[in-house]
This record gives sequence, C-alpha cells and structure tokens, in this order.
Amino acid sequence: MTKLIVDGTEIDVPPEYTLLQACEAAGAEIPRFCFHERLSIAGNCRMCLIEVVGGPPKPQASCAMNVRDLMPNKDGSPKVLLTRSPMVKKAREGVMEFLLINHPLDCPICDQGGECDLQDQAMAYGVDNTRYHENKRAVEDKYIGILVKTIMNRCIHCTRCVRFATEVAGVPELGAIGRGEDMEITTYLESAMTSELQGNVVDLCPVGALTSKPYAFAARPWELNKTESIDVMDALGSAIRVDTRGREVMRILPRVNDDVNEEWISDKTRHVVDGLRTQRLDQPYIREGARLRPASWPEAFAAIAVKVKGAKADRIGAIAGDLAAVEEMFALKELMDRLGAASIDCRQDGAALDPALGRASYLFNATIAGIEQADGLMIIGANPRKEAPVLNARIRKRWRTGNLKIGLIGEKADLTYDYAYLGAGPETLAEFASHAPAKLERQVWLIGQGALARPDGAAVLSLAAKAAASVGAIKDGWNGFSVLHTAAARVGALDIGFVPAAGGRSATDMAKAGALDVLFNLGADEIDIAPGAFVVYIGTHGDAGAHRADVILPGAAYTEKSGIYVNTEGRVQMAARASFPPGDAREDWAIVRALSDALGQRLAYDSLGQLRAALFAAHPHLARIDEIAPGNAADIEKLAARGGTPDKTPFHSPVTDFYLTNPIARASPIMGECSALARGERAVAAE
Amino acid sequence: MLEDKDRIFKNLYGFHDWGLAGARARGAWDGTRDILARGRDALVNEMKASGQRGRGGAGFPTGLKWSFMPKESKDGRPSYLVINADESEPGTCKDREIMRHDPHLLVEGCLIAGFAMGAVACYIYVRGEFIRERERLQAAIDQAYEAGLIGKNACGSGYDYDIYVHHGAGAYICGEETALLESLEGKKGQPRLKPPFPANVGLYGCPTTVNNVETIAQAPDIMRRGAAWFSSIGRANNTGTKLFCISGHVNQPCNVEEQMGIPLRELLEKHAGGVRGGWDNLLAVIPGGSSMPLVPAGADQADTLLMDFDGCRDKKSALGTAAVIVMDKSTDIVRAMARISYFYKHESCGQCTPCREGMGWMWRVLMRMADGRAHRREIDMLMDVTKQIEGHTICAFGDGAAWPVQGLLRHFRPEIERRIDQYAANPHPEPVRVAAE
Repeated sequence: MTKLIVDGTEIDVPPEYTLLQACEAAGAEIPRFCFHERLSIAGNCRMCLIEVVGGPPKPQASCAMNVRDLMPNKDGSPKVLLTRSPMVKKAREGVMEFLLINHPLDCPICDQGGECDLQDQAMAYGVDNTRYHENKRAVEDKYIGILVKTIMNRCIHCTRCVRFATEVAGVPELGAIGRGEDMEITTYLESAMTSELQGNVVDLCPVGALTSKPYAFAARPWELNKTESIDVMDALGSAIRVDTRGREVMRILPRVNDDVNEEWISDKTRHVVDGLRTQRLDQPYIREGARLRPASWPEAFAAIAVKVKGAKADRIGAIAGDLAAVEEMFALKELMDRLGAASIDCRQDGAALDPALGRASYLFNATIAGIEQADGLMIIGANPRKEAPVLNARIRKRWRTGNLKIGLIGEKADLTYDYAYLGAGPETLAEFASHAPAKLERQVWLIGQGALARPDGAAVLSLAAKAAASVGAIKDGWNGFSVLHTAAARVGALDIGFVPAAGGRSATDMAKAGALDVLFNLGADEIDIAPGAFVVYIGTHGDAGAHRADVILPGAAYTEKSGIYVNTEGRVQMAARASFPPGDAREDWAIVRALSDALGQRLAYDSLGQLRAALFAAHPHLARIDEIAPGNAADIEKLAARGGTPDKTPFHSPVTDFYLTNPIARASPIMGECSALARGERAVAAE
Repeated sequence: MLEDKDRIFKNLYGFHDWGLAGARARGAWDGTRDILARGRDALVNEMKASGQRGRGGAGFPTGLKWSFMPKESKDGRPSYLVINADESEPGTCKDREIMRHDPHLLVEGCLIAGFAMGAVACYIYVRGEFIRERERLQAAIDQAYEAGLIGKNACGSGYDYDIYVHHGAGAYICGEETALLESLEGKKGQPRLKPPFPANVGLYGCPTTVNNVETIAQAPDIMRRGAAWFSSIGRANNTGTKLFCISGHVNQPCNVEEQMGIPLRELLEKHAGGVRGGWDNLLAVIPGGSSMPLVPAGADQADTLLMDFDGCRDKKSALGTAAVIVMDKSTDIVRAMARISYFYKHESCGQCTPCREGMGWMWRVLMRMADGRAHRREIDMLMDVTKQIEGHTICAFGDGAAWPVQGLLRHFRPEIERRIDQYAANPHPEPVRVAAE
C-alpha cells in the first residue's frame, strides 16, 4: 500500500491503482471521457488531468499513470496530488474548450441530450463563452448498421467504441481512419457491424455521435420512468433498466451486475422493445371453425370449463414456455395437480434435464463470474455467441488475459476467440469419458442445449458428466459442470418441478396427435402441437402458439408483470413491472387463478403476495433473491453413473437465428431486419 | 572551428566511396572486435564519459539512456535496439546524408550500441520517402553481413547480432519514438502512453532503446578515439561534434559538421556564405528545425546565439535537430509560421484532444493574422491556446507545434499588430487567400 495525499486527504492505496482510482478513493471527482472501467486505457481525451506536486511542471493524465510510477519524494513523505488546483482547473478548461470548438451546438435535437457526458462536464468544468470563431469541422455520417445511428460531427474521438468492438465484442470492425482533425470513426467500408453486442457502443459513447437508431427522436431521458428489471431474452437474466413513457416501453438499457452481465446486454435484449408493441394479444379469443373470434373473459373461461369437464385427467396436460415467470408456472402446476393431471412439462424443446437428478445436473455450476477463474473451457453442443452473447463476452474477456485452453465439440463457429476443434458429436465426447485428469486447475464444461435437446439427450448428459468428472472438472470447491440454458424460464420451472409426474407425458409426447384432449399452453411457441387437442394458449403475442390455440387468454409480457426468474447459474432474480399489459390482457398468474375458479378448483391465493408466500414455503431457495443456491456436486457423479448410449448425430446449436428466438423478438420489426441483415438478405445502398 | 582531424563524418558530401572498402579506408570497422571485447559496462561508461547527448532533438544523455536497459533478461524477454531514421523534421537532412554517403558508420554504431545494451537485434526505421537511402543502407548492411561484421559471431566477437531495415510509410509522427514502435509493430502510428517507457516495455513489449541515426553513427568514433577526445570538443555539457543543416536565406545552404557551441554567426558565415544580403539583413533564425521557437536578429538574440543545447535554451529556443532555418528581411514571418502551423495540423495523429483540435485552430488564426484579418485581442488568445496545448498531450508533438507559434508571438507581436491595424483601416478588397493544401 502507498500513502498519498489527495487534496489534503491522506489515503492508502495499492500501488497498482491508477492515479484516477486513487483520487476517487479519496473522494475526489475526476472528469473523463475516454477512460472506462471495462476497457483498456487510451489516455487520449486528456480530461482527467491532475497535478502531481513535485512531479514534472505539467498536469498528468490520471487515468494513465499508476501509483507505483510516481517518483517518490526525496524526504520520503507521501506524494501530494491536487485535483482542484489552479493548474488543474486551467487544464480542464483548456481541454474542454478544445473538445467543444468542433462539437456542434445541436443539443436541442440530439438524442444524447440530458444524459450526455460532454453536456454535464461542460457545465461543471467548462467556460461559458467561446473564443473559437472559425468554421467548425464537418464529418460525414457513416452507416455502421441498423441499430446504431451515427452523427459524426459530434464525435470527440475518445475511441471507446473502437476499444469495445475490438476488446469486448471481439469483432474489430470499428476503427479510426485519417489523422489529426480529419480522424474519423468508421467501419472502414461502411458495412454493418456484425456483433450481437453492438448496441453497447451507444451506451459507451460519451456524446451523441453514436445513438440508438430505433430509438431516434423518440423520447427525452427526463420524460421516462425507469424501472430496474431482469431480461428474459436468454437464460442469463441480464440486469436491465426498462424506460417507459406512459404505458409504453421506450427503451431497455443495461444495469451493472458484475456477477452476470457486467454492464453489457445483447442487441436482442436492448432492441426487442418494438416487439412489445406489435402482434399483441389484448383480449381473449375463441376459435370458431377456422377463425378466432374475440370473446370476453367469462365466455372464454366457460368454453374451457366445458372442455375440461369432459376430459379425463390423464387426457389433460400443460406445457410452460420459455418466457414464463416462476409464479404462473407454480400456479399452473398446482391447478394441474388439483385436476389430477400428471402431464406437465417445461421442456418444449425436449431437453433431457430432470430435476429428480439434483439441481447440479441442470445448473451452470461454475457460475458466470466463475469463468474468470477458469483455466480450461470445453464447449459441448453450444454456440455461446448466439445463445448467450454476454456470456460469450465474458469468455472472451477471460481468454484475452491468456492461459485459457478452449475446446469445442459441436458446430464450428466464429466465437470471437480461438479454440481447438475436437469433433462434431457424442463420439468425440466419449473419448473424454475415460480420460486422464487434465493438468488444469479449474475447468468449465459448458454443455449446451444442442447436446441435450435430442432423443439421446439423457445419454449425452450422462456422458458429459462422466467426461467432466474424469478429466477433473469437479473438485473440492469447484464444480465445472455447467449447463447453458437458452430459455429464461427453464431453470425456475425445473426448480419447482414443472416436469411430468408419475405416469405423465413429456412435452414432446403431449404435442403428438391424439395424446391429449385439453392442453394448457403457457406461452410455448417453439413446439408444434398436432391437431386434435383443445389448446388453451396463455400468452402475449400472436405467434405459433396463438395460431394453434382454440382459446386464447391474453397475458403479460416480462416488462408488464413482477415475476421471479432463475437464470442458468441458478440465480434467483425478480423482474419488476414497468408498464401494464395492453387492453384486456392480465398478468398470467391472475389468469391461472381466475381459470381455477372457473374450473371449480379455486387456488388458495388472491394476491401475488399470497402466491409467493406459498411458492417460498414450497421452495425456500426462491425467496433468496439475487442469490444462488448451489447444486450438490455429488449429483454429477450419480448423473455420470446413469449411462446410456448416445447415437452418432453431430451436435447442433438450437439457436439458428439469434434475433428470432422467442415470440416477442419475432414480433419485432427491428429484430426482423437484424435477422435479414445477418443472413445477408438486406441490400445496402452503395453510397 | 572544427579541425579536419576531428571530423567523424568524413564522407558527408559523398565525394568518396560509400561502400565497405571506402569506409574502412576512412577508419570505420577498425578494431571493432577489440571495442566489443571491452565489455558492455565499459562501453556504456565510455559513452557516459563522452557526455554525448542525443542528436535526435531532445538531447537526452546517450550513455544514461543505454544504462536504463536491463543488464540481463529476468523473464526471457529479449532487448532491442531501434534506430530512428524517420527524419521528417522540416529543415533537417543530416541522417539522410549519413545513410547514403556513410552508411557503415551507422551499421557499425548499431553493432556497438546493440552490444552495449545487450540487444539481440536492431531495427532501423527509415522514413517512407527515403527510398534510395534505404537501398544504400541495405546494401551497406549486406556488405557487412558478407564480411562477417554483423550476423552470427559479429566481427569474430562471439556475439550474434542482426540488423533489419524497416521502411515507414511517411508520417511525421512516426518519428516520435513510441509511435515509431507502434508503426514498426504494424499498427497505426500513434504515440503510446508513458510510463511504461520503452526501456521497460518497448518493441513487442520488450526492453527497447530508440536512438537517432546521428547519435549511433558517432558511437564508433567515440569508442575508438575515446571519451576524452569527444568531450574535449565543444562546451561542458554540450560536447562533441554535430551536423548542422543550414537552409533558407543564406548564400550557400549546406550540411556541415561542426563543434557544438559554435556561434551562429560564425557557423553561417564560415560555411554557408553568410546571410543573403549581409548579417544585418537577418530577420530571424530557427536554430533547431521547425518545431523550435525562432530567435530574432538582435544583439542579445541571434548575434550571440551559441549553437548547442544550453546556448539555444538561453535564447528560449532549443537546438533540436540543429536544422538552422535562416530567414532574411524579405520573409513574411507570419505567413512562414502559419505554413509551419499547417504542417503540424496536417501531421497531428489525432489521438489526443489538445493537439487534434488545437492545431487547426492555431493554423486558422495565423492564416488570418498573416493578412491582418484579426483582432488585437486574438494575439493573447492565440498565446493562451498554445499554452493549453503545450504539456497537455501524450507526446511532445503538441509542444513542438506550440513552440514556433509562441516564438512568433513573443518576438513579432508588433508586426502582427501592424497588419491588424492596417487591415482594419483598409479592409482587403481581394478574396480571402487559402493555404496551399
């Protein structure tokens, strides 16, 4: 530790701290543009200048110098740093003036207005008049994709976006061409960025040079209500902030959660917003012949009641979809119990995960943050870049620091980091089943749904467990057996046991022709239900599930209800309600509750609080919000012992189109455009 | 006045054979093996004792710089010597003459300096525009390889040493040592943050010393003739000989090797045939390349200017590369400085804010001032802008661009005010002139 005196405050900081960190530790505020905690240090904006007493007679960029690089005072006294001296004030004013001379005065029409670092810092550190009377620089706007709008006149060349693209996203598609005044940020040939994380450059841009294209001119930050919530586009449960104006969700931004998403979110998470407005189910419907007829709630319930009363208990089933919160699944499960129906399932993709094998058998046991301690990573049947882009960025972050061996069994893909391609399917995995322990301390065995959602999934899961155990991925204090889910609802559903009870049918079987008379479909849109059964669809969008439905009960999307989601690592998180469901739509738990009344099986809770009390009583770990109840590593051994014979089919990632994985995303025009662009179908004008 | 026997660059004008035979006849490669046999520490100490200061512009003591290199590699990283032959400073043309007329001095110097700092290889970064110079240098290196002077067991000393020539792409900023390293690594030539300094983390992350061509080309003679000989030339703290590049309004512009500390007037009159129109016709002189402040004519200014590091500093300028740019009274001094400003605007790498934004500002204001289209208050404002650039940037480019403008404002304020008043009294009827771009 090194003693320093910052503005008269004596502090003790580690020598590897930068001067900026040291000053902040002492409570001083240091303005900055180019510096960002999660990017490399560029030191080019020169806004963070401070004075080092006894150093060179010029201000020092505090972001770029370590405490250990300070020349010690001759008498051994602590170095004195000043952040409010006249020299510093003058230097900051000077830099601010330089930044502003070529920056357009278009704040009134700039989307960054109100949340602009340059605006804020100009107020705090700038001067009130201009001395620059020459013409301002004009820069052509660049096309860099359909999600990020550029107004390059505003660029202050901090290169945060370039560093993000190169370091975090792993697609070095942004760069600076030209030099001096003529330096411009571009994708060189003005092609679209291909990263699934590109939206984050909008957050990083300290000015309005890069703004969100879909959100352009839509709202001002001070008009928005901000609700902290949880994302459901993938199974990570990224921390998000939902900004609403009135009852409309205007945009979604990331929140900091170092355990999950740091401060990045994927483009699907961010730009799915317009999908919340289109294709919505806002009233109940009843099928009459080939058509769906708008109906009232009592009519719909009556129609369901007739069918349920006429069906035997073993001819009734329920499938929960990928976006359902734990509460509604819990209520639906209880209703099914009361009806005596054993056929319930949350695994619409047929993944061979079974809560009976223990929680460790379906969790990402290594945890997302745990990836940073890993020195080995085996990816089996997954494409993390498509299935969980933010997790992929975490892997890349770890990979960039070196000494991480990565192997891949499955489909070859550009994952933004190098890996050893070992093979395509279970045969390669079997080679590791009796492998000598690897000379690695902390291995992560990442098993994707592509390896499990197939007829031989159970055998593959067992084989993977066996292989992970034999190469030493499971040790005291480290469980590297990690299942990567793609559905936000899946872990929560497995936690509450939303799987077939004894004698019940699985989702795949329920979907077959003639299997059931009545099927309750809680937002499962990725499964084809054969004709025959009377399908009650509780969901939000007019997607595949609604098309097959005989009765539609309109539900609430994830921004419209408070609900618990358990992410792939088993972390229990609660999403908050940011707005209200449209029209006659209701929160899903309330629909199930009302339905139970109509079916004469009234559930014993009248409020969400009562429902949760019952839920927590049955599953105490769900009450510990933001925490992980770890799985038992011994379960992996049991899993390994289960055995089975996998076939030879190669693994395929379940996510073929990153942008269109759920009904909300499919309803979003922006996601549709992104998807077309990613497939190379969208023509770009040659300008 | 330097005596012929003390000259280091005996083929500066290319009158003799540049090749190995000619260089050997002039004393190069003589006893190199014995010099290396003295050992690393002895060579570094000899260089320290000679008092030689870097010839690239900043004047950092060479021996001290060499001594920063690690004595042995603790972590397996090799050390490198990098020669800065990206001579782009306007007015300077000394390294070019060394490379095309006496390349073996440089090659031998590379070996000695590399040995003294324990480098495994040497990279010579040659300016993009220097095509013939690079070819000549490469030919000299090939000759040295053939003669066994470098490469495996260089000069029979048991020391393996390779020299590579790298061709730049012609950017002024790549003459800044860390930008040069970036460029050498194949990246965009933008200066790095310091610390860490190159002696710790340099080329490819390894300890590296970057030296100027002239600095290194003088090293063999210093080792052969001894530090005492070198330090006996010139003044204390400003020892040895120096190549002066005299250009501008003199009767015979030339390159000449002279002792440090020679008075400017003597330098110009002995070697360059004096100022055009006589000494009294001198308006100002830039003693060290375009990035140094000018020194105006006058009894306590150019008349008494001693051409060495301390002598120039006394006149609030700097020796820089010793590129003496002479301007007589026919010079439009404001326009001349505006043109220099344009050069810096054009060559700024654009990485950090004060330089990127400030260069264009300075140039535009100076262009107006050259015509008188300005206000008097803008003179102080311009001075303030130069002060906001100076010392606020990552590299010294910002300083080097601010200083010439500061020199102009310091010494020629009445001239600028005169033009402003004249224009205010009789606004120019002609359209605004635009700089040649």
